[in-house]
Amino acid sequence: MSLKIVVLAKQVPDTRNVGKDAMTPEGTVNRAALPAIFNPEDLNALEQALRLKDQNPGSTVGILTMGPPRAAEIIREGLYRGADTGWLLTDRLFAGADTLATSYAISTAIKKIGDCDVIIGGRQAIDGDTAQVGPQVAEKLGLSQITYAEEILSCENGKIVVRRHIDGGVETVEAQLPIVITVNGSAAPCRPRNVKNVMKYKRAMVPMEMEPMGENLPYKDIYAKKLYLTLNQWSVADVNGDPQQCGLSGSPTKVKAVQNIVFQAKESKTLTSSDADVDDLMKELLANKIIG
Amino acid sequence: MNNVFVYCEIEGTIVAEVSQELLTKGRKLANKLGVQLEAVVAGTGITDKVQQQIIPYGVDKLYIFDAEGLFPYTSKPHTSILVNIFKEEKPQICLMGATVIGRDLGPRVSSSLKSGLTADCTQLEIGEHDDKKLGKHYDNLLYQIRPAFGGNIVATIVNPEHRPQMATVREGVMKKEILDANYNGETIIADVAKYVPETDYVVKVIDRHVEKAKNNLKGSPIIIAGGYGMGSKQGFDMLYKLAKELHGEVGASRAAVDAGFCDHDMQIGQTGVTVRPKVYIACGISGQIQHIAGMKESGIIISVNADPNAPINTIADYVINGPVEVVIPKMIKYYKENSK
Repeated sequence: MSLKIVVLAKQVPDTRNVGKDAMTPEGTVNRAALPAIFNPEDLNALEQALRLKDQNPGSTVGILTMGPPRAAEIIREGLYRGADTGWLLTDRLFAGADTLATSYAISTAIKKIGDCDVIIGGRQAIDGDTAQVGPQVAEKLGLSQITYAEEILSCENGKIVVRRHIDGGVETVEAQLPIVITVNGSAAPCRPRNVKNVMKYKRAMVPMEMEPMGENLPYKDIYAKKLYLTLNQWSVADVNGDPQQCGLSGSPTKVKAVQNIVFQAKESKTLTSSDADVDDLMKELLANKIIG
Repeated sequence: MNNVFVYCEIEGTIVAEVSQELLTKGRKLANKLGVQLEAVVAGTGITDKVQQQIIPYGVDKLYIFDAEGLFPYTSKPHTSILVNIFKEEKPQICLMGATVIGRDLGPRVSSSLKSGLTADCTQLEIGEHDDKKLGKHYDNLLYQIRPAFGGNIVATIVNPEHRPQMATVREGVMKKEILDANYNGETIIADVAKYVPETDYVVKVIDRHVEKAKNNLKGSPIIIAGGYGMGSKQGFDMLYKLAKELHGEVGASRAAVDAGFCDHDMQIGQTGVTVRPKVYIACGISGQIQHIAGMKESGIIISVNADPNAPINTIADYVINGPVEVVIPKMIKYYKENSK
């Protein structure tokens, strides 16, 4: 059975390797200092999607992402690794979205894509660590969900069996398609880029990436011949979205304050590693019944 | 109406630790707001088995949903329970654990009710808020305080217009405290079929293994934690020795876990376990923000580090400037000779 699979992916600042210049002196995040990457768990999700495609000939995998034009990088990366198509949701009206407004936007796009069997994404993105968008999309579409998935064990006759992580253990669940799945970082890593795909898609772009280059767009004639090199770019209007439910106006949560973390320094006693110092400390801890 | 709700998570008939912690916090928030604390629990064969685990935290009203198919947890039936009861009861606040279950359920409920949800809060407070753009003033909002951006900043989130204000909190972040063992709370046995349509029971759990945690980091009064500075898996051996002597547990920083010095379930910090032992001995841990977030509530913090400028030293009560491989054996030696 061929499947229509959509991978939800996000371009995120790499918060795992934060250098000293990642924060401005005012205590805000200096996004420019952080490299933009494919959200790690979304890559785990892409691998599960590509495996489903391998096992079910005729299936397609598309990358759905939301962000500025630059986020099309994520779609290209997905194409290099074996995806077939992609959609970039980009519009100023989407800006400032919290998880609820994001899931609204994504769900309208999924409705427009239509007839999806499997919608799969990473468990959470490393810039927010909320794990909310997947389940919120599922609820908006009225679909079941399997979160914290580690491996899709089988997918036959409209039934999918998935092993998932739970607190303190593992669980195997069975569900009907269509379904929303979020994949845990403990799942198999994503396959690398395929050289042929890189050659095929390296010039793929969304229109908003091409426009600033105007007449200087390299190889501009190929886009008329090779339609797959023009990636789908959708605005709020394109997905029949309600602007009130998008971006800042569709976000019930508001950021009241942001603080740089400064831990209150304590008055500490500094000791050396000499026998006398270590013995004194241990003696004090024993005397105060903190240990022993 | 307008009360504080806590979703109680269960394993079999046992109420999760995190839910008990949230009931404690929920009671405090309810007191501050002058409203009632209500709780919801859903499972199979739980009637008469959970009240005593929940009401003593000061719960005024407990809703029990007891039916086949509600345990093990699956997303849709539990979502329907919360969504439908919230439509009736209109709570102003809803708290749940930032567990696999809470993080599966919370977003669905918030999506259905179009309400705001903040994940993994580390502090919850009641306060006021001014929306300068709209020129509106709000009293008694829930401040949902959480680390963001990989733990590099702390954000305070509010949901001014939408109810309930929803938040998840990780286990160990709040303290549990029984209010009154004989607290006079009402129990309501709900008619499950009225809340959950038959079509919700679509995901079947066909196999399930839950193992008891290998360590007792959360409950241990003494924790010896190792960082990247331990150098190797073998380097951790002396920490196990010290822990054995002191009857403590060994934990680790993310750097040590990532380097393969020890198991993932030993990780302390924002993305690991949150602990608050009586004494915390940090060995070769520099003290990244994300680690400190998970242990700063410890009673006494001792940092053993060859680097006098390790950030963790600023929050330590005692700093031992010196190599761990020199200091730890001395601690073991002194304890062996002088305890008892």
